[in-house]
Amino acid sequence: MTPLALIEAVLDGNPGREELLQLAEEVLEAWVIARGETPTTETSEGFRLLALHRQGAKGVPSFNACRETCREIAYHFNLLSLSEREGSRESCERPERMMTMLVRHLALFVYGKMEVEGLGEFCCSSRPLRLESPAENREGSSHA
Amino acid sequence: MKPEYKRVAYYPGCALEGTGHAYNTSTKALGKALGLKLEEVNDWNCCGAMEVKNVDPKVQTYLSSRVMSIAANEMKHSVVMAPCNGCYHNLKKAEYDLAHDEASRETVARISEKAGHEAYQAGQLETIHALDWIKDGVGEEALRARVKKSLKGLKIANYYGCMYTRPRHIFPEKDQGPGSESTLKPRFMDELLAAAGAENVDFPLKTACCGGAHTLSDSDTSTKLVLNILEAAEAAGADVIATECPTCHSGLEMHQVRAEKVLGKKTKVRMLYFTQLLGVALGISPRKLGIHENVSDGLEALKEKGIV
Repeated sequence: MTPLALIEAVLDGNPGREELLQLAEEVLEAWVIARGETPTTETSEGFRLLALHRQGAKGVPSFNACRETCREIAYHFNLLSLSEREGSRESCERPERMMTMLVRHLALFVYGKMEVEGLGEFCCSSRPLRLESPAENREGSSHA
Repeated sequence: MKPEYKRVAYYPGCALEGTGHAYNTSTKALGKALGLKLEEVNDWNCCGAMEVKNVDPKVQTYLSSRVMSIAANEMKHSVVMAPCNGCYHNLKKAEYDLAHDEASRETVARISEKAGHEAYQAGQLETIHALDWIKDGVGEEALRARVKKSLKGLKIANYYGCMYTRPRHIFPEKDQGPGSESTLKPRFMDELLAAAGAENVDFPLKTACCGGAHTLSDSDTSTKLVLNILEAAEAAGADVIATECPTCHSGLEMHQVRAEKVLGKKTKVRMLYFTQLLGVALGISPRKLGIHENVSDGLEALKEKGIV
């Protein structure tokens, strides 16, 4: 598992979109491995990151607190890909900076959650009940 | 528009009597200016928030249900408005639990009987947030018509926090197409502030976790998460972060100070409740909106733009 300090150091070095996406995937891989599973190689909506998030959120509804962050990372990746295809390097600066912050947020959240399991429970506080309710399966699969 | 929102039961919750006092003040002032009537729930109690949930989630359901029972059965209201994301979330969750879980219904019935009040039944009341209250009780057009001091020139990052939209299943009215709130990209606060003349910036961390639940047990993670939110808002060009939750608001303010002290990272974006911003736009004095109570100097940001 890549230490958080190392991830933060890489993020401070202005990485490109491919490297940022890879870092985000590594963060989610670490979460999945820590839960005793093998990280998926599948993709969801064209992104392995989103498939990894779905895998990581199974049975842990509070993990959905980083769902939108993952989706925003994917969005910014697409935005940067488009700008690069159009040869517009100037329009890449802001989305690249924003994507870096999104990956940093994901890393802080996931690594924080691995330190203190309850991180993110604030937004999904009904988990104990859901474990007993018919909604459990829905929650564990695609719910956010 | 929903005429039933013109007069609602008001559940301020604990935070609005403490760190979120300015949110309480500004919500009331805004309602008064817009002709919306708030009737505070009699003898209300804690919604169950974090602490009770960790002991027994069903007791949390009861605590929220008691508030709803008073509003519905004693005060005969059909709508309860909670401006705090935590309270709003817990009331919605209690509503969901009571509609879907027999064990929760039994617990609520048993404790309600012991406590000597009528048990709340799912469906008796509609729980709304302060954003729904303004958006559907007044609407952007009517709001725009009442603006006396446009927020023009003020760039705002709207921060909704984690509990306003999650978990999705307790908010069945959201994601219902045009006019309804989105859980993926909430927009009600953006639209209300735009109606008041503000310029909303594209802010991708609007529902990101601020680490609020661990502000004491893991302060460094909370500070880093908040710092990232503040820096992202600044990178997006925002002068101000608009908030709609007392926990988010105080978390952003406290960790902004802590980030500077502990990490040496200074950010200058200021935090203001959306009710304070709308109140200013309606010509209410900043003092009546409690802006002087905020930790970050929101007044200075408004002065810089010539708004006050």
